[in-house]
Amino acid sequence: MNIPSSIITLLLGIGLTLVSLWYGQNHGLMPVAASEEAGHIDGLFNAMMTISTGLFLLVQGIIVYCAIKFRRKPGELGDGAAIEGNVPLEILWTAIPAAVVLWISIYSFEIYNEMGGFDPSANDMHAMHGMPAGKGSAMAATMDGMPQGSPMIAALGVGASPENQGKPAAVNVNVLGLQYAWIFTYPEINVTSGELHVPVGKEVQLNMNAQDVIHAVWIPQLRLKQDVIPGTQTQLRFTTNKVGSYPLRCAELCGGYHGSMVTQMIVHTPEEYDTWIASQQQSAQAQAEIVKKTIAMNPANLSPGKYLAPYAKEMGVKPEMVRHLHQQHDMSKSIASVIK
Amino acid sequence: MTAELTIPNQTAPEDDVVIHHRTWKDYFTFSTDHKVIGIQYFVTGFIFYIIGGLLAEGIRTELATPDADLVDPSTYNSMFTMHGTIMIFLWIVPAGTGAFANYLLPLMLGARDMAFPKLNAVAFWIIPPTGLLLILSFFLGPAQAGWTSYPPLSLLTGKVGEGIWIMTLLLLGTSSILGGINFFTTILKMRIPSMSMMQMPLFCWAMLATSLLMLIATPVLAGALILLSFDLIAGTAFFNPVGGGEPVVYQHMFWFYSHPAVYIMVLPFFGVISEVIPVHCRKPIFGYGAIAYSSMVISFLGLIVWAHHMFTSGTPPWLRMFFMITTMVIAVPTGIKIFGWLATMWGGKINLNTPMLFAMGFISTFVIGGITGVMLAAVPFDIHVHDTYFVVAHLHYVLFGGSVFGIYTGIYHWFPKVTGRHIDETWGKIHFALTYVGFNVTFLPMHVLGLQGMPRRIAMYAPEFQGLNQVCTYGSYVLAISTVPFLINAIYCAYKGKPAGSNPWNALTLDWQTTSPPEIENFEVLPVLTTGPYDYGDTEEEEKELTAV
Repeated sequence: MNIPSSIITLLLGIGLTLVSLWYGQNHGLMPVAASEEAGHIDGLFNAMMTISTGLFLLVQGIIVYCAIKFRRKPGELGDGAAIEGNVPLEILWTAIPAAVVLWISIYSFEIYNEMGGFDPSANDMHAMHGMPAGKGSAMAATMDGMPQGSPMIAALGVGASPENQGKPAAVNVNVLGLQYAWIFTYPEINVTSGELHVPVGKEVQLNMNAQDVIHAVWIPQLRLKQDVIPGTQTQLRFTTNKVGSYPLRCAELCGGYHGSMVTQMIVHTPEEYDTWIASQQQSAQAQAEIVKKTIAMNPANLSPGKYLAPYAKEMGVKPEMVRHLHQQHDMSKSIASVIK
Repeated sequence: MTAELTIPNQTAPEDDVVIHHRTWKDYFTFSTDHKVIGIQYFVTGFIFYIIGGLLAEGIRTELATPDADLVDPSTYNSMFTMHGTIMIFLWIVPAGTGAFANYLLPLMLGARDMAFPKLNAVAFWIIPPTGLLLILSFFLGPAQAGWTSYPPLSLLTGKVGEGIWIMTLLLLGTSSILGGINFFTTILKMRIPSMSMMQMPLFCWAMLATSLLMLIATPVLAGALILLSFDLIAGTAFFNPVGGGEPVVYQHMFWFYSHPAVYIMVLPFFGVISEVIPVHCRKPIFGYGAIAYSSMVISFLGLIVWAHHMFTSGTPPWLRMFFMITTMVIAVPTGIKIFGWLATMWGGKINLNTPMLFAMGFISTFVIGGITGVMLAAVPFDIHVHDTYFVVAHLHYVLFGGSVFGIYTGIYHWFPKVTGRHIDETWGKIHFALTYVGFNVTFLPMHVLGLQGMPRRIAMYAPEFQGLNQVCTYGSYVLAISTVPFLINAIYCAYKGKPAGSNPWNALTLDWQTTSPPEIENFEVLPVLTTGPYDYGDTEEEEKELTAV
């Protein structure tokens, strides 16, 4: 068969393009996208994957083709053609990559804008150090509920999408990172939790600070990450669109148990979210009552079991478990041995 | 002086290897011979490579299971801290700049030695004691804050080790600056009079670009480390937020060096590949000027991209955008090189020997590192994958798929020059196959792990990531084993290999126009340039090609 080489090249080019286009959309490498912005980022990634697949196949293809086609046969002498360059070709492979990276830059710029990266209130350099200078008080400050959400105090990070800029977020959460846990405080409803609970479809703002070393909040399903820096407030603002439970991991090395600094972000339906708030507030009330009772009563009059019961309940310890423990291990004996 | 032909007298028969001018004892002395120093650098580096590699195997073995069950988590942190530090500062930088540049620059430029031979020896002899000091810190409570050593973590954990780590890096940085001064001066001032800049082999261009980076960037790292050591030892608060310091400033200063360091580690091997491919393809390098200048452009751009390591850190948006664009632009000069190498191969008469296989392996793996590099530059995507296994995969594709493949390319290519003997081809090819397969099996799945949600630098991970992690671990064992045939082959053939003669590849650069191994002052009579470095190729073939087009 005598097919002209230009036609073969053309067919190969079309094939390469089709494979790249297909793989760029069907790589399945990203986890579920739980927000609209995450979907946009995936779009950017898919576009880059398409170009990358094409470039990857082109380069590897040329290497393999050269290794087969231009391989020196045994006994063959002599050199290849003395071609020292080709200026139009060199201009071509300078101009095309330059155009491609420029296009990716512009595309990224747009996506970053949609994500809220350019929100001026989120990036006001003058207000960067919103936190009081005494870093040791970071914990206390977070617990007290910092005056956040107001445009006066802003931090570095990802802010509101352009359509929400200037408006306060529906849910504000103060996030404190410490070795090796996250504490989420909801200043508006006076709730503190070890997990992040958010309502679906509502804009959430995380105002983040670290107590000891640098941490980073990473929610892979939102494609969002922001370092949490002691002494500098940072923020993330997002709107989820899928109910579910997603991991929230620390992504910046923070010590030996960095790998276990993982919690959940639970995206509720609005009703579920209200129920959760109610239950939290109830338990907060219960806690307050316990405190009152404890103060009112003389603990010396109570048996240790009775005294500790509310706390055991708080910790999720069931009475059966405690009884089981008793059977295995006589507590009074061990206490006696300790006293000795 | 009359013009002498560059080809040395071939009075000795082919199988009579020139007597070694050096005995093994010379390699343990304060020798000022650039060739001795080059070998000292390489052997020292390789020993540290083995130590760093064993640490990597420890890391991978720990990661075979989701729980932290092999070592204590803080020990794990020390292991990857040491792995990174050793591989970068005691293996790739010394092997690339110290070994290759020291050995080859004077030979390629037609000089008898480097510009400052004593300084050269000082630069080398800083390394072994410093390396030992770093290893020693392992027994005194090693640093645990990663090779990046971000405060405040680095001020809180493994303080003794951290102090030693800072001192180690300051010393190694000093060694690197001394080396940089030497390379820069040698390239500009020690060329034979008949060689213009545009007639230099491309390795020299690559080293010119590298030495500039070494001179400009390394002092900034020294500054950062000195301030960090004050915070650590004297309790100052330059970077410590307790007391009003700013940890992000350290990150800027650290990456101002450490991103150019990537180019310090990879540019010399761009040079190596540019030397190896034309010789074994028997064709001129495609676009000499473009490849030479692209090294300089990479060097310049390499200095203004550092904050792309900090897109999720405390950086304002304009800064994120600026560094995104500069980083993306680096893909252009890098692409020029890759396409130039491919075009050199195209239509050549490729001798598929071990150096050529490693060179092709280099292009094949480095291009993946380059592609993921452009992806990582895109801020919205980087925010997702920063500090994940995607980055781990990317950096190993650049530093192993790039630098280490480049080192092996160079070793197989110049082995006959350095030892006067051939290295065994069969074992070389086995080494290549094991390295290529082991490398890709180890690092390709890491891209997926990162995208799916596995952060880097963790000893314990979610169970859903176990399958891919085990694949990585098995791959790393193959990679470890691949070093064995190389070591045996190299040591055996250095003494018992087939004699190679002075120019077994029929290469044109000046390094091949002297005896193998080169005599003590390199050239009996200083050579005069009669051809360009890459004037290979058949001009009749060229005409045929042109008429065909």
